[in-house]
Amino acid sequence: MFNLTLRQQQRLIIVAFLAIPLTLLFTLSYYPASQLFYMSVTDWDGYAPVKNLIGVENYRYLAEEPAILAPLLNTLYYFVGAVIQLVLSLWFAVLVNSKLAGRNLFKTLLFIPFVLNAVAASMVFQIFYQVDGAFDNFLAAIGLDAWIMPWLMDASVVNWSLVAASVWRYLGFNLILFYGVLQSIPQDQYEAARIEGAGEWQQFRFITLPSIKMVIGLQVLLAFVGSLSVFEIPMIITKGANGTKTFVMATLETAFNFNDFGLASAMAVLLLVIVVFFMVLQKILFGEK
Amino acid sequence: MDTANLSTRAVSNNPNKVVRNEAEIRKARFMNKLGQPHWLFWTAFKYLTLILAAIAVLVPPYAVLLASFKTSREYYTTSKVSLPESFMNFDNYVRVFADGDLGLAFTNTGIILAASLFLTVVFGTQVAYVLSRFEFRGKKLVLLAYVIAMVIPAVTTQVATFEVIKALGLINHKGSVILLYIGADVVMIYVFLQFMKGIPLELDEAAKIEGASYFLIYRKIILPLLKPAIATVIILRTIFIYNDFYFPLLYLPERTQVTVSTALYKFTSVFGTEWTTISAGIVIILVPSIVIFLTLQKQIYAGVTNGAVKG
Repeated sequence: MFNLTLRQQQRLIIVAFLAIPLTLLFTLSYYPASQLFYMSVTDWDGYAPVKNLIGVENYRYLAEEPAILAPLLNTLYYFVGAVIQLVLSLWFAVLVNSKLAGRNLFKTLLFIPFVLNAVAASMVFQIFYQVDGAFDNFLAAIGLDAWIMPWLMDASVVNWSLVAASVWRYLGFNLILFYGVLQSIPQDQYEAARIEGAGEWQQFRFITLPSIKMVIGLQVLLAFVGSLSVFEIPMIITKGANGTKTFVMATLETAFNFNDFGLASAMAVLLLVIVVFFMVLQKILFGEK
Repeated sequence: MDTANLSTRAVSNNPNKVVRNEAEIRKARFMNKLGQPHWLFWTAFKYLTLILAAIAVLVPPYAVLLASFKTSREYYTTSKVSLPESFMNFDNYVRVFADGDLGLAFTNTGIILAASLFLTVVFGTQVAYVLSRFEFRGKKLVLLAYVIAMVIPAVTTQVATFEVIKALGLINHKGSVILLYIGADVVMIYVFLQFMKGIPLELDEAAKIEGASYFLIYRKIILPLLKPAIATVIILRTIFIYNDFYFPLLYLPERTQVTVSTALYKFTSVFGTEWTTISAGIVIILVPSIVIFLTLQKQIYAGVTNGAVKG
Protein backbone atom coordinates (compact mmCIF):
# COMPACT_ATOMS: atom_id res chain seq x y z
CA MET A 1 0.00 0.00 0.00
CA PHE A 2 1.08 3.60 -0.69
CA ASN A 3 3.83 2.11 -2.88
CA LEU A 4 6.46 2.29 -0.18
CA THR A 5 9.47 0.02 -0.20
CA LEU A 6 9.61 -2.47 2.65
CA ARG A 7 12.46 -0.52 4.19
CA GLN A 8 10.52 2.75 4.20
CA GLN A 9 7.47 0.99 5.44
CA GLN A 10 9.46 -0.50 8.30
CA ARG A 11 10.85 2.85 9.31
CA LEU A 12 7.40 4.39 9.18
CA ILE A 13 5.81 1.77 11.36
CA ILE A 14 8.61 1.88 13.93
CA VAL A 15 8.17 5.63 14.30
CA ALA A 16 4.38 5.48 14.22
CA PHE A 17 4.13 2.73 16.82
CA LEU A 18 6.74 4.09 19.21
CA ALA A 19 6.18 7.84 19.06
CA ILE A 20 3.24 8.21 21.44
CA PRO A 21 4.18 5.49 23.95
CA LEU A 22 7.74 6.80 24.26
CA THR A 23 6.53 10.38 24.62
CA LEU A 24 4.26 9.24 27.43
CA LEU A 25 7.01 7.23 29.06
CA PHE A 26 9.34 10.20 29.09
CA THR A 27 6.87 12.89 30.13
CA LEU A 28 5.23 10.80 32.86
CA SER A 29 8.12 8.72 34.14
CA TYR A 30 11.55 10.10 33.33
CA TYR A 31 10.85 13.80 33.29
CA PRO A 32 9.09 13.79 36.70
CA ALA A 33 11.80 11.56 38.17
CA SER A 34 14.51 13.97 37.02
CA GLN A 35 12.44 16.98 38.13
CA LEU A 36 12.25 15.37 41.53
CA PHE A 37 16.01 15.49 41.90
CA TYR A 38 16.12 19.09 40.70
CA MET A 39 13.25 20.25 42.92
CA SER A 40 14.83 18.56 45.93
CA VAL A 41 17.65 21.12 45.91
CA THR A 42 15.30 24.12 45.66
CA ASP A 43 12.93 25.85 48.06
CA TRP A 44 10.00 25.78 45.63
CA ASP A 45 6.54 26.29 47.15
CA GLY A 46 4.52 25.05 44.19
CA TYR A 47 3.54 28.52 42.97
CA ALA A 48 6.57 30.81 42.71
CA PRO A 49 7.76 31.38 39.14
CA VAL A 50 11.39 30.86 40.17
CA LYS A 51 12.88 27.93 41.99
CA ASN A 52 15.76 29.07 44.21
CA LEU A 53 18.63 26.67 44.51
CA ILE A 54 19.39 25.99 48.15
CA GLY A 55 21.79 23.06 47.83
CA VAL A 56 21.41 20.15 50.21
CA GLU A 57 19.40 22.23 52.68
CA ASN A 58 16.30 20.01 52.32
CA TYR A 59 18.30 16.86 52.88
CA ARG A 60 19.97 18.35 55.93
CA TYR A 61 16.55 19.25 57.29
CA LEU A 62 15.39 15.67 56.70
CA ALA A 63 18.35 14.27 58.60
CA GLU A 64 17.93 16.68 61.51
CA GLU A 65 14.16 16.75 61.89
CA PRO A 66 13.02 13.55 63.59
CA ALA A 67 9.34 14.48 63.21
CA ILE A 68 9.73 14.12 59.46
CA LEU A 69 11.41 10.76 59.69
CA ALA A 70 9.06 9.28 62.30
CA PRO A 71 6.65 8.18 59.57
CA LEU A 72 9.52 6.31 57.95
CA LEU A 73 9.78 4.20 61.09
CA ASN A 74 6.11 3.22 60.75
CA THR A 75 7.33 1.26 57.73
CA LEU A 76 8.73 -1.25 60.21
CA TYR A 77 5.24 -2.21 61.44
CA TYR A 78 4.20 -2.97 57.90
CA PHE A 79 7.40 -4.82 57.18
CA VAL A 80 6.93 -7.08 60.20
CA GLY A 81 3.35 -7.57 59.02
CA ALA A 82 4.57 -8.38 55.52
CA VAL A 83 6.97 -11.02 56.81
CA ILE A 84 4.20 -12.67 58.84
CA GLN A 85 2.02 -12.40 55.75
CA LEU A 86 4.68 -14.17 53.65
CA VAL A 87 5.02 -17.03 56.11
CA LEU A 88 1.24 -17.43 56.40
CA SER A 89 0.73 -17.25 52.65
CA LEU A 90 3.41 -19.90 52.05
CA TRP A 91 1.77 -22.15 54.64
CA PHE A 92 -1.64 -21.72 53.05
CA ALA A 93 -0.23 -22.09 49.52
CA VAL A 94 1.27 -25.45 50.49
CA LEU A 95 -2.07 -26.48 52.00
CA VAL A 96 -4.22 -25.51 49.01
CA ASN A 97 -1.65 -27.18 46.77
CA SER A 98 -2.01 -30.49 48.67
CA LYS A 99 -4.89 -32.91 48.45
CA LEU A 100 -7.00 -31.43 51.22
CA ALA A 101 -10.74 -31.44 50.62
CA GLY A 102 -12.15 -27.98 49.95
CA ARG A 103 -8.78 -26.58 48.85
CA ASN A 104 -10.27 -24.57 45.98
CA LEU A 105 -12.86 -22.96 48.21
CA PHE A 106 -10.16 -21.91 50.68
CA LYS A 107 -7.97 -20.59 47.87
CA THR A 108 -10.84 -18.47 46.54
CA LEU A 109 -11.71 -17.13 49.98
CA LEU A 110 -8.16 -16.17 50.85
CA PHE A 111 -7.56 -14.49 47.49
CA ILE A 112 -10.76 -12.46 47.20
CA PRO A 113 -9.69 -9.50 49.39
CA PHE A 114 -6.89 -8.74 46.92
CA VAL A 115 -9.28 -7.91 44.08
CA LEU A 116 -11.45 -5.64 46.21
CA ASN A 117 -11.52 -1.86 45.92
CA ALA A 118 -8.87 -0.34 48.18
CA VAL A 119 -11.18 2.27 49.69
CA ALA A 120 -14.05 -0.15 50.22
CA ALA A 121 -11.75 -2.72 51.83
CA SER A 122 -10.22 -0.09 54.11
CA MET A 123 -13.62 1.26 55.12
CA VAL A 124 -14.73 -2.26 55.97
CA PHE A 125 -12.02 -2.18 58.63
CA GLN A 126 -12.80 1.36 59.68
CA ILE A 127 -16.28 0.08 60.56
CA PHE A 128 -15.05 -3.26 61.89
CA TYR A 129 -12.63 -1.66 64.39
CA GLN A 130 -15.05 0.91 65.84
CA VAL A 131 -15.50 1.09 69.59
CA ASP A 132 -18.31 -1.36 70.31
CA GLY A 133 -18.06 -2.26 66.62
CA ALA A 134 -18.27 -5.59 64.87
CA PHE A 135 -14.83 -6.80 66.01
CA ASP A 136 -15.58 -6.08 69.67
CA ASN A 137 -19.00 -7.69 69.37
CA PHE A 138 -17.49 -10.67 67.62
CA LEU A 139 -14.87 -11.12 70.35
CA ALA A 140 -17.61 -10.90 72.97
CA ALA A 141 -19.70 -13.47 71.10
CA ILE A 142 -16.88 -16.02 71.21
CA GLY A 143 -16.11 -15.29 74.85
CA LEU A 144 -13.01 -13.16 74.40
CA ASP A 145 -14.36 -9.97 76.00
CA ALA A 146 -11.07 -9.52 77.78
CA TRP A 147 -9.32 -8.82 74.46
CA ILE A 148 -11.50 -5.86 73.54
CA MET A 149 -9.53 -2.66 72.97
CA PRO A 150 -10.02 0.73 71.34
CA TRP A 151 -8.37 -0.65 68.19
CA LEU A 152 -7.99 2.65 66.37
CA MET A 153 -7.62 5.01 69.33
CA ASP A 154 -4.96 3.31 71.43
CA ALA A 155 -1.60 4.40 70.04
CA SER A 156 0.00 1.14 71.16
CA VAL A 157 -2.19 -1.07 68.94
CA VAL A 158 -3.46 1.18 66.19
CA ASN A 159 -0.57 0.48 63.83
CA TRP A 160 -0.96 -3.25 64.35
CA SER A 161 -4.69 -2.93 63.65
CA LEU A 162 -3.84 -1.28 60.34
CA VAL A 163 -1.18 -3.87 59.60
CA ALA A 164 -3.77 -6.60 60.16
CA ALA A 165 -6.05 -4.92 57.63
CA SER A 166 -3.14 -4.81 55.21
CA VAL A 167 -2.35 -8.51 55.74
CA TRP A 168 -6.05 -9.28 55.21
CA ARG A 169 -5.98 -7.48 51.89
CA TYR A 170 -2.68 -8.65 50.41
CA LEU A 171 -2.17 -12.19 51.73
CA GLY A 172 -4.00 -13.66 48.74
CA PHE A 173 -1.57 -12.02 46.34
CA ASN A 174 1.43 -13.74 47.96
CA LEU A 175 -0.53 -16.95 48.20
CA ILE A 176 -1.29 -17.03 44.50
CA LEU A 177 2.33 -16.32 43.53
CA PHE A 178 3.53 -19.16 45.76
CA TYR A 179 0.75 -21.40 44.53
CA GLY A 180 1.76 -20.78 40.91
CA VAL A 181 5.32 -21.95 41.54
CA LEU A 182 4.25 -24.88 43.70
CA GLN A 183 2.05 -26.08 40.85
CA SER A 184 5.04 -26.06 38.52
CA ILE A 185 7.11 -28.43 40.68
CA PRO A 186 6.85 -31.90 39.09
CA GLN A 187 4.88 -34.26 41.30
CA ASP A 188 7.18 -37.24 40.63
CA GLN A 189 9.86 -35.59 42.77
CA TYR A 190 7.54 -35.82 45.76
CA GLU A 191 6.57 -39.36 44.89
CA ALA A 192 10.20 -40.42 44.70
CA ALA A 193 10.87 -38.74 48.02
CA ARG A 194 7.89 -40.47 49.64
CA ILE A 195 9.11 -43.82 48.41
CA GLU A 196 12.47 -43.06 49.96
CA GLY A 197 10.59 -42.46 53.20
CA ALA A 198 10.82 -38.65 53.38
CA GLY A 199 8.31 -37.02 55.71
CA GLU A 200 6.26 -33.96 54.86
CA TRP A 201 8.75 -31.57 56.45
CA GLN A 202 11.67 -33.17 54.61
CA GLN A 203 9.78 -32.96 51.32
CA PHE A 204 9.15 -29.28 51.98
CA ARG A 205 12.71 -28.63 53.08
CA PHE A 206 14.49 -30.42 50.23
CA ILE A 207 12.10 -30.18 47.27
CA THR A 208 9.70 -27.28 47.76
CA LEU A 209 11.99 -24.74 49.36
CA PRO A 210 14.80 -24.87 46.76
CA SER A 211 12.25 -24.57 43.94
CA ILE A 212 10.63 -21.47 45.34
CA LYS A 213 13.78 -19.63 46.40
CA MET A 214 13.51 -17.11 43.59
CA VAL A 215 9.88 -16.33 44.24
CA ILE A 216 10.64 -15.85 47.92
CA GLY A 217 13.27 -13.31 46.94
CA LEU A 218 10.84 -11.49 44.69
CA GLN A 219 8.18 -11.50 47.36
CA VAL A 220 10.48 -10.19 50.07
CA LEU A 221 11.33 -7.31 47.74
CA LEU A 222 7.68 -6.65 46.95
CA ALA A 223 6.94 -6.77 50.68
CA PHE A 224 9.66 -4.26 51.36
CA VAL A 225 8.68 -1.85 48.61
CA GLY A 226 5.05 -2.31 49.62
CA SER A 227 5.77 -1.46 53.27
CA LEU A 228 7.61 1.69 52.23
CA SER A 229 4.76 2.88 50.03
CA VAL A 230 1.82 2.16 52.34
CA PHE A 231 -0.72 4.88 51.80
CA GLU A 232 -4.32 3.85 51.34
CA ILE A 233 -5.05 1.94 54.52
CA PRO A 234 -3.90 4.55 57.07
CA MET A 235 -5.10 7.41 54.85
CA ILE A 236 -8.63 6.04 54.81
CA ILE A 237 -8.97 4.39 58.21
CA THR A 238 -7.28 6.86 60.55
CA LYS A 239 -6.28 9.75 58.24
CA GLY A 240 -2.85 9.43 59.84
CA ALA A 241 -4.05 10.13 63.39
CA ASN A 242 -2.55 8.53 66.52
CA GLY A 243 0.89 8.11 64.98
CA THR A 244 -0.18 6.13 61.94
CA LYS A 245 1.15 8.52 59.34
CA THR A 246 3.30 6.77 56.75
CA PHE A 247 6.15 8.21 54.73
CA VAL A 248 4.14 8.55 51.52
CA MET A 249 1.40 10.37 53.44
CA ALA A 250 3.98 12.70 54.99
CA THR A 251 5.49 13.40 51.57
CA LEU A 252 2.16 14.29 49.99
CA GLU A 253 1.21 16.38 53.01
CA THR A 254 4.49 18.31 52.81
CA ALA A 255 3.87 19.07 49.15
CA PHE A 256 0.15 19.66 48.90
CA ASN A 257 -0.79 20.89 52.37
CA PHE A 258 2.38 22.68 53.48
CA ASN A 259 3.35 23.75 49.94
CA ASP A 260 6.95 22.75 50.44
CA PHE A 261 7.64 21.00 47.16
CA GLY A 262 11.37 21.21 47.67
CA LEU A 263 11.31 19.27 50.91
CA ALA A 264 8.68 16.88 49.60
CA SER A 265 10.87 16.15 46.59
CA ALA A 266 13.81 15.43 48.86
CA MET A 267 11.60 12.97 50.76
CA ALA A 268 10.51 11.34 47.51
CA VAL A 269 14.13 11.08 46.36
CA LEU A 270 15.03 9.42 49.65
CA LEU A 271 12.25 6.88 49.14
CA LEU A 272 13.26 6.33 45.52
CA VAL A 273 16.87 5.70 46.49
CA ILE A 274 15.90 3.20 49.20
CA VAL A 275 13.57 1.35 46.82
CA VAL A 276 16.13 1.20 43.99
CA PHE A 277 18.80 0.02 46.43
CA PHE A 278 16.68 -2.93 47.52
CA MET A 279 15.65 -3.75 43.96
CA VAL A 280 19.28 -3.97 42.92
CA LEU A 281 20.08 -6.00 46.03
CA GLN A 282 17.30 -8.43 45.21
CA LYS A 283 18.53 -8.80 41.63
CA ILE A 284 22.03 -9.61 42.95
CA LEU A 285 20.88 -12.05 45.64
CA PHE A 286 18.03 -13.81 43.88
CA GLY A 287 18.53 -12.76 40.23
CA GLU A 288 17.20 -15.11 37.63
CA LYS A 289 19.45 -17.17 35.35
CA MET B 1 10.10 -44.60 40.08
CA ASP B 2 10.34 -48.34 39.66
CA THR B 3 7.15 -49.01 41.52
CA ALA B 4 5.33 -46.47 39.38
CA ASN B 5 6.47 -48.29 36.25
CA LEU B 6 5.51 -51.63 37.66
CA SER B 7 2.01 -50.53 38.50
CA THR B 8 1.42 -49.05 35.02
CA ARG B 9 2.49 -52.30 33.51
CA ALA B 10 0.20 -54.16 35.85
CA VAL B 11 -2.66 -51.88 34.90
CA SER B 12 -2.29 -52.72 31.23
CA ASN B 13 -2.25 -56.44 31.99
CA ASN B 14 -5.28 -56.66 34.16
CA PRO B 15 -6.86 -53.28 34.76
CA ASN B 16 -9.85 -54.26 36.89
CA LYS B 17 -7.95 -56.24 39.39
CA VAL B 18 -5.26 -53.63 39.88
CA VAL B 19 -7.70 -50.76 40.19
CA ARG B 20 -9.55 -52.59 42.92
CA ASN B 21 -6.28 -53.35 44.59
CA GLU B 22 -5.19 -49.73 44.45
CA ALA B 23 -8.49 -48.56 45.88
CA GLU B 24 -8.11 -51.07 48.64
CA ILE B 25 -4.57 -50.03 49.29
CA ARG B 26 -5.61 -46.40 49.47
CA LYS B 27 -8.39 -47.22 51.87
CA ALA B 28 -6.11 -49.35 53.98
CA ARG B 29 -3.50 -46.61 54.00
CA PHE B 30 -6.14 -44.11 55.09
CA MET B 31 -7.43 -46.36 57.88
CA ASN B 32 -3.87 -46.93 58.93
CA LYS B 33 -3.23 -43.18 59.04
CA LEU B 34 -6.38 -42.64 61.08
CA GLY B 35 -4.82 -44.86 63.69
CA GLN B 36 -1.75 -42.62 63.91
CA PRO B 37 -2.29 -39.80 66.41
CA HIS B 38 0.52 -37.87 64.75
CA TRP B 39 -1.22 -37.78 61.35
CA LEU B 40 -4.59 -37.01 62.90
CA PHE B 41 -3.16 -34.11 64.81
CA TRP B 42 -1.47 -32.67 61.71
CA THR B 43 -4.54 -32.89 59.53
CA ALA B 44 -6.72 -31.36 62.20
CA PHE B 45 -4.20 -28.57 62.64
CA LYS B 46 -4.15 -27.85 58.89
CA TYR B 47 -7.91 -27.58 58.73
CA LEU B 48 -8.00 -25.51 61.88
CA THR B 49 -5.67 -22.89 60.37
CA LEU B 50 -7.65 -22.84 57.14
CA ILE B 51 -10.94 -22.41 58.95
CA LEU B 52 -9.56 -19.65 61.18
CA ALA B 53 -8.24 -17.86 58.10
CA ALA B 54 -11.59 -18.22 56.37
CA ILE B 55 -13.35 -16.73 59.39
CA ALA B 56 -10.85 -13.86 59.51
CA VAL B 57 -11.45 -13.14 55.84
CA LEU B 58 -15.22 -13.31 56.05
CA VAL B 59 -16.19 -11.66 59.33
CA PRO B 60 -15.26 -8.02 58.54
CA PRO B 61 -17.15 -7.78 55.21
CA TYR B 62 -19.97 -9.91 56.64
CA ALA B 63 -20.47 -7.37 59.42
CA VAL B 64 -20.67 -4.60 56.81
CA LEU B 65 -23.22 -6.57 54.83
CA LEU B 66 -25.34 -7.00 57.97
CA ALA B 67 -25.08 -3.30 58.82
CA SER B 68 -26.23 -2.32 55.33
CA PHE B 69 -29.66 -3.85 56.02
CA LYS B 70 -30.12 -2.35 59.49
CA THR B 71 -31.83 0.85 60.43
CA SER B 72 -29.64 3.36 62.20
CA ARG B 73 -31.29 2.69 65.54
CA GLU B 74 -31.03 -1.06 65.04
CA TYR B 75 -27.31 -0.69 64.28
CA TYR B 76 -26.61 1.07 67.54
CA THR B 77 -28.85 -1.07 69.75
CA THR B 78 -28.10 -4.59 68.50
CA SER B 79 -24.87 -6.54 68.23
CA LYS B 80 -22.93 -5.65 65.09
CA VAL B 81 -22.67 -9.33 64.23
CA SER B 82 -26.37 -10.14 64.69
CA LEU B 83 -28.71 -10.58 61.75
CA PRO B 84 -30.78 -7.55 60.72
CA GLU B 85 -34.52 -7.54 61.40
CA SER B 86 -35.13 -7.78 57.69
CA PHE B 87 -32.94 -8.43 54.67
CA MET B 88 -35.59 -6.58 52.66
CA ASN B 89 -34.74 -3.20 54.14
CA PHE B 90 -33.16 -1.43 51.16
CA ASP B 91 -33.48 2.10 52.58
CA ASN B 92 -29.73 2.45 53.01
CA TYR B 93 -29.12 1.39 49.42
CA VAL B 94 -31.68 3.86 48.08
CA ARG B 95 -30.26 6.66 50.18
CA VAL B 96 -26.63 6.01 49.26
CA PHE B 97 -27.41 5.85 45.58
CA ALA B 98 -29.37 9.10 45.71
CA ASP B 99 -26.91 11.14 47.78
CA GLY B 100 -23.58 9.41 47.39
CA ASP B 101 -22.82 10.33 43.76
CA LEU B 102 -22.53 6.64 43.04
CA GLY B 103 -24.19 6.79 39.62
CA LEU B 104 -21.78 9.52 38.58
CA ALA B 105 -18.88 7.61 40.11
CA PHE B 106 -19.65 4.44 38.17
CA THR B 107 -20.02 6.44 34.95
CA ASN B 108 -16.70 8.24 35.47
CA THR B 109 -14.84 5.08 36.42
CA GLY B 110 -16.42 3.36 33.40
CA ILE B 111 -15.20 6.06 31.02
CA ILE B 112 -11.71 6.07 32.52
CA LEU B 113 -11.60 2.29 32.45
CA ALA B 114 -12.75 1.98 28.84
CA ALA B 115 -10.38 4.65 27.52
CA SER B 116 -7.38 3.37 29.51
CA LEU B 117 -7.92 -0.26 28.55
CA PHE B 118 -8.36 0.56 24.87
CA LEU B 119 -5.24 2.73 24.72
CA THR B 120 -3.16 0.34 26.82
CA VAL B 121 -3.98 -2.50 24.46
CA VAL B 122 -3.32 -0.43 21.32
CA PHE B 123 -0.04 1.09 22.50
CA GLY B 124 1.13 -1.99 24.37
CA THR B 125 0.69 -4.34 21.41
CA GLN B 126 2.21 -1.83 19.01
CA VAL B 127 5.32 -1.33 21.11
CA ALA B 128 5.67 -5.07 21.61
CA TYR B 129 5.25 -5.68 17.86
CA VAL B 130 7.93 -3.19 16.88
CA LEU B 131 10.36 -4.24 19.62
CA SER B 132 10.09 -7.95 18.91
CA ARG B 133 9.98 -7.88 15.08
CA PHE B 134 12.39 -5.20 13.89
CA GLU B 135 16.05 -4.43 14.33
CA PHE B 136 16.77 -0.72 14.40
CA ARG B 137 19.18 1.78 15.83
CA GLY B 138 18.25 2.70 19.39
CA LYS B 139 16.20 -0.44 19.99
CA LYS B 140 18.39 -1.49 22.92
CA LEU B 141 17.96 1.99 24.34
CA VAL B 142 14.18 1.79 24.12
CA LEU B 143 14.17 -1.59 25.86
CA LEU B 144 16.48 -0.22 28.54
CA ALA B 145 14.18 2.79 29.00
CA TYR B 146 11.31 0.43 29.77
CA VAL B 147 13.40 -1.69 32.14
CA ILE B 148 14.57 1.30 34.16
CA ALA B 149 11.13 2.90 34.21
CA MET B 150 9.85 -0.19 35.96
CA VAL B 151 12.18 0.49 38.88
CA ILE B 152 10.82 4.01 39.47
CA PRO B 153 7.87 3.58 41.84
CA ALA B 154 5.05 5.86 40.68
CA VAL B 155 4.05 6.49 44.27
CA THR B 156 7.25 8.46 44.91
CA THR B 157 7.30 10.63 41.80
CA GLN B 158 3.82 12.13 42.01
CA VAL B 159 5.09 15.30 43.66
CA ALA B 160 6.79 16.09 40.34
CA THR B 161 4.26 14.40 38.06
CA PHE B 162 1.63 16.70 39.50
CA GLU B 163 3.43 19.64 37.86
CA VAL B 164 3.40 17.91 34.48
CA ILE B 165 -0.31 17.21 34.69
CA LYS B 166 -0.94 20.78 35.85
CA ALA B 167 1.08 22.16 32.93
CA LEU B 168 -1.00 20.04 30.55
CA GLY B 169 -4.12 21.58 32.09
CA LEU B 170 -5.47 18.17 33.03
CA ILE B 171 -6.20 18.62 36.75
CA ASN B 172 -9.86 17.68 37.25
CA HIS B 173 -9.92 16.18 33.78
CA LYS B 174 -10.24 12.44 33.25
CA GLY B 175 -7.40 12.69 30.73
CA SER B 176 -4.95 13.02 33.65
CA VAL B 177 -5.53 9.61 35.17
CA ILE B 178 -6.02 7.99 31.76
CA LEU B 179 -2.59 9.24 30.67
CA LEU B 180 -1.06 7.98 33.91
CA TYR B 181 -2.71 4.59 33.63
CA ILE B 182 -1.41 4.07 30.09
CA GLY B 183 1.88 5.97 30.25
CA ALA B 184 3.35 4.71 33.46
CA ASP B 185 2.29 1.16 32.79
CA VAL B 186 5.45 -0.75 31.95
CA VAL B 187 4.66 -4.22 33.23
CA MET B 188 2.04 -4.62 30.49
CA ILE B 189 4.67 -4.11 27.77
CA TYR B 190 6.45 -7.11 29.28
CA VAL B 191 3.38 -9.28 29.24
CA PHE B 192 2.92 -8.47 25.54
CA LEU B 193 6.61 -8.98 24.71
CA GLN B 194 6.52 -12.32 26.46
CA PHE B 195 3.55 -13.47 24.37
CA MET B 196 5.09 -12.12 21.14
CA LYS B 197 7.97 -14.56 21.60
CA GLY B 198 5.49 -17.39 21.18
CA ILE B 199 4.19 -16.18 17.80
CA PRO B 200 6.30 -17.79 15.03
CA LEU B 201 8.09 -15.39 12.67
CA GLU B 202 7.09 -17.63 9.73
CA LEU B 203 3.56 -16.25 9.96
CA ASP B 204 4.86 -12.71 9.39
CA GLU B 205 7.08 -13.91 6.56
CA ALA B 206 4.28 -15.76 4.80
CA ALA B 207 2.03 -12.72 4.97
CA LYS B 208 4.85 -10.50 3.70
CA ILE B 209 5.28 -12.74 0.66
CA GLU B 210 1.56 -12.41 0.03
CA GLY B 211 2.17 -8.67 -0.14
CA ALA B 212 0.76 -7.62 3.21
CA SER B 213 2.05 -4.37 4.69
CA TYR B 214 3.56 -4.34 8.18
CA PHE B 215 0.51 -2.60 9.52
CA LEU B 216 -1.71 -5.28 8.01
CA ILE B 217 0.47 -7.98 9.56
CA TYR B 218 0.12 -6.30 12.94
CA ARG B 219 -3.60 -5.83 12.53
CA LYS B 220 -4.58 -9.15 10.96
CA ILE B 221 -2.03 -11.62 12.32
CA ILE B 222 -0.34 -10.37 15.46
CA LEU B 223 -3.29 -8.69 17.15
CA PRO B 224 -5.64 -11.72 16.92
CA LEU B 225 -2.87 -14.02 18.15
CA LEU B 226 -2.21 -11.75 21.11
CA LYS B 227 -5.75 -12.27 22.41
CA PRO B 228 -4.70 -14.26 25.49
CA ALA B 229 -2.18 -11.56 26.39
CA ILE B 230 -4.79 -8.88 25.81
CA ALA B 231 -7.18 -10.73 28.11
CA THR B 232 -4.48 -10.91 30.80
CA VAL B 233 -3.70 -7.22 30.51
CA ILE B 234 -7.37 -6.23 30.55
CA ILE B 235 -7.99 -8.26 33.69
CA LEU B 236 -4.96 -6.88 35.51
CA ARG B 237 -5.62 -3.30 34.52
CA THR B 238 -9.32 -3.51 35.35
CA ILE B 239 -8.51 -4.68 38.87
CA PHE B 240 -5.92 -1.96 39.22
CA ILE B 241 -7.93 0.92 37.78
CA TYR B 242 -11.27 0.08 39.41
CA ASN B 243 -9.51 -0.18 42.75
CA ASP B 244 -7.06 2.69 42.44
CA PHE B 245 -7.45 5.50 44.92
CA TYR B 246 -4.16 7.38 44.70
CA PHE B 247 -4.38 8.93 41.21
CA PRO B 248 -8.03 10.08 41.34
CA LEU B 249 -7.46 11.51 44.83
CA LEU B 250 -4.59 13.64 43.53
CA TYR B 251 -5.82 14.57 40.07
CA LEU B 252 -9.63 14.46 40.18
CA PRO B 253 -10.61 16.27 43.38
CA GLU B 254 -13.67 17.98 41.90
CA ARG B 255 -17.06 16.53 42.77
CA THR B 256 -18.13 16.06 39.15
CA GLN B 257 -15.06 13.91 38.51
CA VAL B 258 -15.46 11.43 41.37
CA THR B 259 -14.51 7.83 40.69
CA VAL B 260 -15.76 4.80 42.58
CA SER B 261 -12.87 5.07 45.04
CA THR B 262 -13.04 8.80 45.70
CA ALA B 263 -16.84 8.83 45.93
CA LEU B 264 -16.58 6.21 48.66
CA TYR B 265 -13.77 8.12 50.33
CA LYS B 266 -16.00 11.19 50.54
CA PHE B 267 -18.77 9.20 52.25
CA THR B 268 -17.54 10.02 55.74
CA SER B 269 -17.91 13.72 55.00
CA VAL B 270 -21.26 13.32 53.20
CA PHE B 271 -22.93 10.87 55.57
CA GLY B 272 -20.96 11.60 58.77
CA THR B 273 -21.41 8.63 61.05
CA GLU B 274 -24.37 7.06 59.26
CA TRP B 275 -22.51 3.77 59.20
CA THR B 276 -25.47 1.83 57.86
CA THR B 277 -25.68 4.04 54.76
CA ILE B 278 -21.91 3.92 54.33
CA SER B 279 -22.06 0.13 54.63
CA ALA B 280 -24.60 -0.03 51.81
CA GLY B 281 -22.24 2.04 49.64
CA ILE B 282 -19.35 -0.30 50.41
CA VAL B 283 -21.45 -3.32 49.47
CA ILE B 284 -22.51 -1.72 46.16
CA ILE B 285 -18.88 -1.12 45.27
CA LEU B 286 -17.66 -4.55 46.37
CA VAL B 287 -20.27 -6.62 44.57
CA PRO B 288 -19.07 -6.06 40.96
CA SER B 289 -15.51 -7.05 41.94
CA ILE B 290 -16.68 -10.23 43.62
CA VAL B 291 -18.95 -11.23 40.73
CA ILE B 292 -16.24 -10.61 38.13
CA PHE B 293 -13.70 -12.44 40.24
CA LEU B 294 -15.85 -15.52 40.67
CA THR B 295 -16.54 -15.73 36.92
CA LEU B 296 -12.95 -15.12 35.76
CA GLN B 297 -11.11 -16.76 38.65
CA LYS B 298 -8.72 -18.88 36.58
CA GLN B 299 -7.70 -16.07 34.25
CA ILE B 300 -7.20 -13.73 37.19
CA TYR B 301 -4.85 -16.14 38.97
CA ALA B 302 -2.88 -16.61 35.75
CA GLY B 303 -2.82 -12.88 35.04
CA VAL B 304 -1.65 -11.91 38.52
CA THR B 305 1.09 -14.54 38.48
CA ASN B 306 2.32 -13.54 34.99
CA GLY B 307 2.21 -9.84 35.76
CA ALA B 308 4.22 -10.17 38.96
CA VAL B 309 6.75 -12.82 38.02
CA LYS B 310 7.60 -11.58 34.56
CA GLY B 311 7.50 -7.95 35.58
